[in-house]
Amino acid sequence: MNLTLHVWRQAGSSAPGRFETYQAKDVSEHASFLEMLDLVNEDLTREGKEPIAFEHDCREGICGSCGMMINGVPHGPNKMVATCQLHMRFFHDGDVIWIEPFRATAFPVVRDLVVDRSALDRIMDAGGYISVRTGSAPDANALPIRKHESDLAMDAAQCIGCGACVAACPNASAMLFTSAKVSHLGMLPQGQPERWTRVVDMIAQHDLEGFGTCTNHGACQEACPKGISVDFIAHLNRDLLKSSWKAAEPPASAVAGGR
Amino acid sequence: MNLDAKIPAGPIEQKWDKHRFDMKLVNPANKRRYDVIVVGTGLAGASAAATMAELGYHVKCFTFHDSARRAHSIAAQGGINSAKNYQGDGDSIFRLFYDTVKGGDFRSREANVYRLAQVSLNIIDQAVAQGVPFAREYGGLLANRSFGGAQVSRTFYARGQTGQQLLLGAYQALKRQVALGMVELHTRHEMLDVVVVDGVARGIVTRDLVSGKVESWAGHAVVLATGGYSNVFFLSTNAKGCNVTATWRASKRGAGFANPCYTQIHPTCIPPAGDYQSKLTLMSESLRNDGRIWVPKEAGDSRRAAEIPEGERDYYLERFYPSFGNLSPRDISSRRAKEMVDTGHGVGHMKNGVFLDFKDAIARLGQDVIAERYGNLFEMYEKITGENPYQVPMRIYPAPHYTMGGLWVDYNLMSTVPGLFVLGEANFSDHGANRLGASALMQGLADGYFVAPMTVGNYLAGVPREPVNADHAAFRDAEQGVHEKTSRLLGVNGSKTVDEFHIELGRLMWEKCGMERSGAGLKEALAKIPEIRERFWREVRVPGSGDTLNQSLEKAGRVADFLEFAEVMCWDALTRDESCGAHYRVEHTTPDGEAKRDDENFAFSSVWEFKGVGEKPELHKEPLEFEYVKLSTRSYK
Repeated sequence: MNLTLHVWRQAGSSAPGRFETYQAKDVSEHASFLEMLDLVNEDLTREGKEPIAFEHDCREGICGSCGMMINGVPHGPNKMVATCQLHMRFFHDGDVIWIEPFRATAFPVVRDLVVDRSALDRIMDAGGYISVRTGSAPDANALPIRKHESDLAMDAAQCIGCGACVAACPNASAMLFTSAKVSHLGMLPQGQPERWTRVVDMIAQHDLEGFGTCTNHGACQEACPKGISVDFIAHLNRDLLKSSWKAAEPPASAVAGGR
Repeated sequence: MNLDAKIPAGPIEQKWDKHRFDMKLVNPANKRRYDVIVVGTGLAGASAAATMAELGYHVKCFTFHDSARRAHSIAAQGGINSAKNYQGDGDSIFRLFYDTVKGGDFRSREANVYRLAQVSLNIIDQAVAQGVPFAREYGGLLANRSFGGAQVSRTFYARGQTGQQLLLGAYQALKRQVALGMVELHTRHEMLDVVVVDGVARGIVTRDLVSGKVESWAGHAVVLATGGYSNVFFLSTNAKGCNVTATWRASKRGAGFANPCYTQIHPTCIPPAGDYQSKLTLMSESLRNDGRIWVPKEAGDSRRAAEIPEGERDYYLERFYPSFGNLSPRDISSRRAKEMVDTGHGVGHMKNGVFLDFKDAIARLGQDVIAERYGNLFEMYEKITGENPYQVPMRIYPAPHYTMGGLWVDYNLMSTVPGLFVLGEANFSDHGANRLGASALMQGLADGYFVAPMTVGNYLAGVPREPVNADHAAFRDAEQGVHEKTSRLLGVNGSKTVDEFHIELGRLMWEKCGMERSGAGLKEALAKIPEIRERFWREVRVPGSGDTLNQSLEKAGRVADFLEFAEVMCWDALTRDESCGAHYRVEHTTPDGEAKRDDENFAFSSVWEFKGVGEKPELHKEPLEFEYVKLSTRSYK
């Protein structure tokens, strides 16, 4: 098939951007979307032009590197896949495709379709972990966990950190991302000791990074390549509310009169 | 080249404990005065950086990704082995050790493998404590499955995303240390040289992939955890960014490269669909439990599967290996598939695959049972190929997957350059000539969480505490080298793209140094590689500049290194005039067509010393002794 591409080109974070038009010729329906872009880039290179920069790595939908707006939709028209697993059979000969980077204040453009998503990493820094020193863990089977809870935690843990939820959200909120980690760790018994501070700290960082507020629009869930449910945002909000008194509970030593 | 493996004395089950007791300790107050550089944030790198920071060392950690959560460890589907024996089915540390040595076809070091099996227990405890949501039974305890031909159920898993969940666990531990200020994490930084001062590793040189800035970083020790080199074949199951650059450049600075010819081919990948193919996707091997592999009996038959009657199908694995059939080991299944395709029996529009058919299993068990077992995999296959495997057979073909070879390390995971440690897939240590399924995650985490933090500490206890800096002239030289290489790549201004050369090299390596190797073919490759390399430096075109994000430049540097490294692989494959594990020399087969080892002449690890680009590297040998596992020949008939 032959396609017309309008691709966002931007030399750097402070440079102005613009759409450039390219023709993608003789594209196989079996090629992936990124392989189609590879071919365009090979042609651009041969013509002595700079190829389109886009982030990618594993190309099997798990590393979370790739992601772009394809006709206004993060990761394009196929549901539950990252851009690397979108195949050209979802397009038709003669289609016009608009390709842009993920847009959000907290995701400044680095170059072309590459954006800086380190804000998500900093939300993790704020508390997206369980504090356990290497070698200090008890036997793995010492703590049985109900299969249902473990499965639910796994549903949340699947997030690949691609940022599609932010790009889809009209408020550019990273609440689906944040709630996935808060829920994953908060639903497991191992995550309880830090549960009430984790949610507060991660939300504080989320807001500090310039992500918007969640208004239950639900676009994030639709865009998520892993199908992470907005139910986890409700879970986060419940934990955030509870934290207002839970986190304020005095330490055990104070209650026991230890001071 | 000194290849003293420094294996502690004593019975194998006491070596590690005794060694840990004998190691020197660094006073807790002094630990922060030591800088440790960690390159790579996959399982091995992230776990090592986090653990060393917990211990109190000052860690500088580097990754070329935009985040420390993206390394290709994340793509491992199957699971992680551990000798927990939670199933009570007779597993033990010794059994995991035994299986790994045997699976490696007796080309690994016993002491290292035993330690791997020992610490495999701690890994699961650690991961669960971090919140890794491994699969569980209804009673709340951890579930296990059997994997990769093991006769016990010792594999822990998190749906088909075990690598992802373990990596997120290590990443979270790392993030905690970043927040505490114990780890300085540098993302989008690619290591382009190791700096050796007076014979000791003293730092690295990196390029900031966004600004192009070339910088030096000094440390008391350098840890490389930079993965494997399957992308030398261009098409492999590896992520696009995986490369040999860090380990190869270390090798050029004096680190011996061990067993580069041990590369594993995975039998069940989706075959390429066209010339534009950029990578290959692996389908879990578990599919072979219920699928039957076949090709049309007649070469060149282009009918659809459904139109080929039962009598005209060749279930060749069941024919060749009546007792193991479709479950024959990875290497055997792979070679037979290649043989079928090479003789014109391939299927699909490019005639480059074999069928993996679930028709009989669906008829026997019902579609629901098959969906429950393999639903995710069937969906993934359909996403990629557009074909529904419940209705038409899957098409599969082998693909390069994992590299057992890597930088040589001693028992302490230190390379032949003092102060330079190598972990995970980047080293050669534990898998011999063939890796068992679900053992890669285990090794990466064993090295990172439990081995390196101890052995690096022992090394640091013996080096002066004085602060190190990047003032030494060796840093300027290394920076200069990086600048020169960058300008040279940008300056060729030829007419061919980097990928064109990478594809050419990949095809050559796949044909001559892939799943089957011959003396004559390897000599051809050795004649051809310098010629491709020479053309690369004359005809390549790398657009853009060196002071911005330039993905063509990144790729060009990595391909330039593959073009040098490929020769060592071929020298190794040529010199190892025997077949063992994944290294299959057509000259050395049993009458049944199986790999034939030559223990009398080749029971050693080959360690190659760099002698200059295009020069034949020098071979050194580390003899292998087997005290606990008796050398034997495997049979799957």
